[in-house]
Amino acid sequence: MEFISNFFSYVVDNWAHLASLTLDHILMVVIGLILALIVGIPLGILCAKNEKLAKVILATVSIIQVFPSIALLGILMVFFGLGFKTVIVGLFLYSLLPIVRNTYVGLREVDENISEAGKGVGMTITQLLLKVQLPLSLPFLLAGIRVAAVIAVGVATLAPFIGGDGLGRDILAGINTRQPVKIFSGAIIAAILAIIADVTLGRTQERLEH
Amino acid sequence: MIELKNVKKEYDNGFVALKNINLHCNEGEITALIGPSGCGKTTLMKLINRLDNPTKGSVSIKGKDISKIDPVELRRSIGYVIQQIGLFPHMNIARNVGTVPKLLKWDKERIKNRVDELLELVSLDPEIYRERFPSELSGGQQQRIGVIRALAAEPSVILMDEPFSALDPISREQLQDELVRLQREIKKSIVFVTHDMDEALKIADRIVLMKSGEIVQHGTPEEILRHPANAFVEEFIGQKRLERFQDIPPVSQVMVKRPITVTPNRGLAESMRIMEDKKVDSLIVVDEMNHLLGYITVFDVVKAYSNEYALVKHIMHSFNTTVEPDTLLPDAIQLMTELQTPYLPVVKEKGILEGLLTRGSIVGFIGSAYPSIKEGAV
Repeated sequence: MEFISNFFSYVVDNWAHLASLTLDHILMVVIGLILALIVGIPLGILCAKNEKLAKVILATVSIIQVFPSIALLGILMVFFGLGFKTVIVGLFLYSLLPIVRNTYVGLREVDENISEAGKGVGMTITQLLLKVQLPLSLPFLLAGIRVAAVIAVGVATLAPFIGGDGLGRDILAGINTRQPVKIFSGAIIAAILAIIADVTLGRTQERLEH
Repeated sequence: MIELKNVKKEYDNGFVALKNINLHCNEGEITALIGPSGCGKTTLMKLINRLDNPTKGSVSIKGKDISKIDPVELRRSIGYVIQQIGLFPHMNIARNVGTVPKLLKWDKERIKNRVDELLELVSLDPEIYRERFPSELSGGQQQRIGVIRALAAEPSVILMDEPFSALDPISREQLQDELVRLQREIKKSIVFVTHDMDEALKIADRIVLMKSGEIVQHGTPEEILRHPANAFVEEFIGQKRLERFQDIPPVSQVMVKRPITVTPNRGLAESMRIMEDKKVDSLIVVDEMNHLLGYITVFDVVKAYSNEYALVKHIMHSFNTTVEPDTLLPDAIQLMTELQTPYLPVVKEKGILEGLLTRGSIVGFIGSAYPSIKEGAV
């Protein structure tokens, strides 16, 4: 009981600090995701158009994914130095697999007859993709973003190890100074962020699927 | 309108889908491509909007070689309806129908008017259906949308790939009827792929029968039914349909071949005995060489019976009208109706009696020509 009251008094006393850490955290995740979308969707489309390329691309992004996150960030630090930039690259790489794979699966799941109808009425390949195939694969893509967002929120807590900001800073400080209250405040807020991302994206996905 | 010259289609795996096809589809007509699955009918159709390209030969529309037209442009000028309907599930009906006009960059107002006009054409109230999504419509309604989507940009050519075969029988009948009605108004050149002979007979102006990549027969439904090119066509059409649409028979097929006759020099008692024996009320009078002379009826015989010297030739009547063996049955029936006569003699050249067309023989013939009627009566 005492711990819970300590926790709440810590959050209330440091709300401005925590809010700025949370904002940093969200910012990193969002930028990482956006980059992953910018790169991942075209890669997914490429996979759907070419089966041979699909194997290579999917294998590559899968390998990135199985790398332990702390190790990946460490390697990236060698190339990109300390700081915000490196964290963003790490989050981007971690979000890539779910987005590439779901874009690919979503496009392949589009009913061939509908694509044939689109082609038959005289759509160009680009029009077919933009007007028919991508909109129809949107629920899959959203599921990918949802998975990527939850992963990214978690991975972003490791940012302080390579000079980044975000909720990880409080967690790390808590570990170093043996203040469990600090660890929990960072961890709980990060968990809440992940849950919010999961639920909102899940709802949007359901609405798209009717 | 649409012309295929020496068209051959061979796939990369060596399968020859079409062998040297020559075909001409007339403007404003429905041409049905029909044949068993794998005969190449769908491949042939896809050559017309370049969803597939021929290995050899040329396809032209209105005299223009389509290999020189950009496939995307070409497809926008050709309506396309597929079996699986292929409506875009994420677009409402108005956007689905307006797809091609939008691709052609019509202005919004014009697209909206066209969509409403088309919905009314297939009796779907625009106020109700414009905003709906394909999943909210029945299969029959969806394919109506599929058809009007193909009509939207006023193409002169429309391709239909088994458009009604996935529908339930009732919707299918309705859409076939609607297509026939629509075609009377719009007069498009339609190429219609089907595997259903009844459907082809119902809607097509011309039928192209295909088998293993070749055209077996090309003609109007009437021509194909009357003169099937070979055993395959006959089998494909089916015996029942052939019988129903069989050639109109000449009287020689219908008449009684050996009518009961008597020679003119016989006596009346003998004539009476023949009538009793054969259970008939009249006899045809012929000479020894089977030349038709006339007829006697049982009433004539009874009237003159007391005169022992009377012979057949004294009481016989001559026929005012005779028919030839190759007179068509309907003409003969009409003649019998006009003359109010129960029978007509069938006479070859030089007056030789061939047979006798009687009401009984006509009824007997119709009974055998319509087996379905007999079966239905059981």
